[in-house]
Amino acid sequence: MMKKLKATFPAFVSIALLFGMPACKPKNAGNTVSSDAADKVYVAPGQYDKFYNFVSGGFSGQMSVYGLPSGRLLRVIPAFSVDPEKGWGYSEETKPMLNTSHGFVPWDDLHHVQVSKTNGEYDGRWVFGNANNTPRVARIDLKTFRTVEIIELPNSGGNHSSPFITENTEYVVAGTRFSVPPDDKNGDVPINTYKQNFKGTISFISVGKEDGKMDIAFQIQCPGFNFDLSRAGKGVSHGWFFFSCYNTEQANTLLEVNASQKDKDFIMAVNWKKAEEYLKAGKGRKQTVKYAHNIYSDITHSATSEIRTEVTVLDAKELKDICYFFPCPKSPHGCDVSPGGEYIVGSGKLAALIPVFSFEKIQKAIAAKDYIGEFEGIPILKYESVLYGEVQKPGLGPLHTEFDNKGNAYTSMFVSSEVVKWSLKDLTVLDRVPTYYSVGHLTVAGGDTKTPNGKYLVAYNKITKDRFLPTGPELSQSAQLYDISGDKMQLILDYPTIGEPHYAQIVPAELIKGNSVKFFKMEENKNPYFSNGEGTTKVVREGNKVHVNMTAIRSHLTPDNIEGIRMGDEVYFHITNLEQDWDVPHGFAIKGASNAELLIMPGETQTLKWNPDKVGIFPMYCTDFCSALHQEMSGYIRVSPAGSNVPLLFSTGKNYPASDSANKK
Amino acid sequence: MKKLFVVAAIGCLTMLTFSWGGCDSNTETPAPVDETKKSENGNPSYDPHRGEGKFTKVEVGASLDAAMAETGNKVFGVKCSSCHKLTEEKLVGPGWKGVTARHSPEWIMNFMTNTDAMIDKDPKVQAQLEICLVRMPNQNLTDADARALYEFQRKNDGVK
Ligand code: HEC
Ligand SMILES: [Cu+2]
Repeated sequence: MMKKLKATFPAFVSIALLFGMPACKPKNAGNTVSSDAADKVYVAPGQYDKFYNFVSGGFSGQMSVYGLPSGRLLRVIPAFSVDPEKGWGYSEETKPMLNTSHGFVPWDDLHHVQVSKTNGEYDGRWVFGNANNTPRVARIDLKTFRTVEIIELPNSGGNHSSPFITENTEYVVAGTRFSVPPDDKNGDVPINTYKQNFKGTISFISVGKEDGKMDIAFQIQCPGFNFDLSRAGKGVSHGWFFFSCYNTEQANTLLEVNASQKDKDFIMAVNWKKAEEYLKAGKGRKQTVKYAHNIYSDITHSATSEIRTEVTVLDAKELKDICYFFPCPKSPHGCDVSPGGEYIVGSGKLAALIPVFSFEKIQKAIAAKDYIGEFEGIPILKYESVLYGEVQKPGLGPLHTEFDNKGNAYTSMFVSSEVVKWSLKDLTVLDRVPTYYSVGHLTVAGGDTKTPNGKYLVAYNKITKDRFLPTGPELSQSAQLYDISGDKMQLILDYPTIGEPHYAQIVPAELIKGNSVKFFKMEENKNPYFSNGEGTTKVVREGNKVHVNMTAIRSHLTPDNIEGIRMGDEVYFHITNLEQDWDVPHGFAIKGASNAELLIMPGETQTLKWNPDKVGIFPMYCTDFCSALHQEMSGYIRVSPAGSNVPLLFSTGKNYPASDSANKK
Repeated sequence: MKKLFVVAAIGCLTMLTFSWGGCDSNTETPAPVDETKKSENGNPSYDPHRGEGKFTKVEVGASLDAAMAETGNKVFGVKCSSCHKLTEEKLVGPGWKGVTARHSPEWIMNFMTNTDAMIDKDPKVQAQLEICLVRMPNQNLTDADARALYEFQRKNDGVK
């Protein structure tokens, strides 16, 4: 970290000198904040933020939700990693959500978020996230702010260029970051046979129009290199998708050097409408694979995981007119599409300029077969023929670009730690502001839609050294909010984030806030262990399995005294929260449990599995402060030795006479 | 008169939504005060006999509707019995014996369906809250379920 920073400062300062702009020494960060910044971000107690901000949690595996402009953290939604606080991945009902072809995987790395779109605008129904390690895509329902579906991707070695979506959420895409031998081939090959044996696969996941259900519609097999980011065409370019590719050198070792040899890599343009035609015409090859598809139901309050065994693969080499490459300098990262869909902005991490490509010119070049050659059978368009123009000397290390509603683009500059505003029309730099430090992604309110809102921009920084009170060697990463409504960008807020924030999106609160579910209706609860009122609670022994159908309501558990549990038993606490009111969850914990707590929403049923590990009395209690008598919301379980004949007894508010000899004198 | 108050309240709400302006008493039409309706806690707009909510007149038969009472019994088992006993004994909330004598049918129906607002305003509920120390939850009853529960409470109080 230190080393990186040291390299960053001089580079930044020299760039600043080069362009004759005032050098923003990070030490004087305070100076760059205008005096009205506080007014612009202050949301008074009891008032709402105007925007939801969905932020990737990076290596936390989760997605966070902030309010803007206040920067208040509203929620952390568990997606790919277990969350003991919410019982996610610990309750019996949620465990299947983290199932994969490798079995239960408790962690991942969530990089990018995408809110569902209709006609190129956010529709506020779902937000998608990608898992970068064990390749998957998750769908979060914005009625419940819960992960309701996770689909795994076969033939993939890490899912980075994902979960970008088409303008009507027809598809969510996933492109493998690491090429690997296809799953139906023997993968036991020398690593240095990368060029022969490794393939890059991109997946098109269809999304159900009404229910949002995901399904891998088809995959396209491409040459083996690294797919980095992607964006759907929109408006004029609807029907196309663009993927940035690096390591076209096809190196399999020391990529830092070996994948940075060429002065241009590629952006791949995919004609997905054409791919659909080939699929319909039966040109796909059915391939035997293994991947998990997990769905959570708000009716059964539980998840199911299914292992699927087939995908249809289209070969980009054989089906000539699906994929085209065009060169992009150098190791491109972002490839972002302008609001009208006319321009594709490539950001070469190692390039000193930003190339802007024209969709119209791409179409012309394809029609005229204006190729400079082929790469593994895929035509390469001529750079000059598809180029709209280059933004000269924008800064160092361009990564990502988003757009406002006035024809401007904003690009994050990792190496020179700044956001650069430039005009799409004449490609001139209009403004630049420092970020603290090493900005990765940025997001503009509505910045990837057809009509960006353009009020705010948030930069997500990888390094925050000296920005906050020190907290030992590890510092939180940060977000920085800029007001971009005027000619000059204005830094108005700094706030720490969870995990490592990558991409994020900013959505008007109106689209989402009215749809929030407040509680689950008991009448609709179809969990097999649902207790429909205290009268139906029970404890049932099936061999060494004991099922406890329990209820929670302010402020007692029913039953709260249970005897007759024995060593070697597997006890399942199926707890129904009987409340039917907003914001009254109950929690459940029992001493010595090796998993976590449960947090049970009103009207919901959740199950905690418990293996008693010694003979004696075990307290259990509600973990969520629910009323003035919350501290009373507790109970006891008696555990007897294996083979004991203490009868199964359960009750609340009664004291049965001692059921066995242990107490008799 | 009551209507007038409602109009003022809506106006006020609308203002809130559009301007975050706050609900200044000097910007709304003052509701005329009827001294006879003034409740014990001094809230002039609150009617402690009827409570507050959508029920203004509940039709109650001379004799029991046994089928309806049975439906009420079922809902009781699911949504109420964890806190209320059918005797005079307090569990979390007060025992239900005599509840139909303590309150008008409108008050009970309103309380069962508009719980939070009444806990904040009704002097009798506030007195109970001081004893129980638990806010009665809104159990999101349908109107039909609420009416069935009332019939069940009548049965519990001896109506044949
Ligand atoms: C979590 C416990 C709880 C549940 C469940 C509950 N109540 Fe109550 N109830 C109370 C409490 C406590 C009070 C006293 C007022 C207060 O403290 O809010 C009360 C008061 C009442 C009263 C007034 C009693 C009197 O004598 O003044 C009625 C009527 C009532 N509840 C009906 C219901 C009905 C109908 C249901 C089911 C749909 C129900 N309650 C479910 C806790 C509960
Ligand atoms: Cu509790």
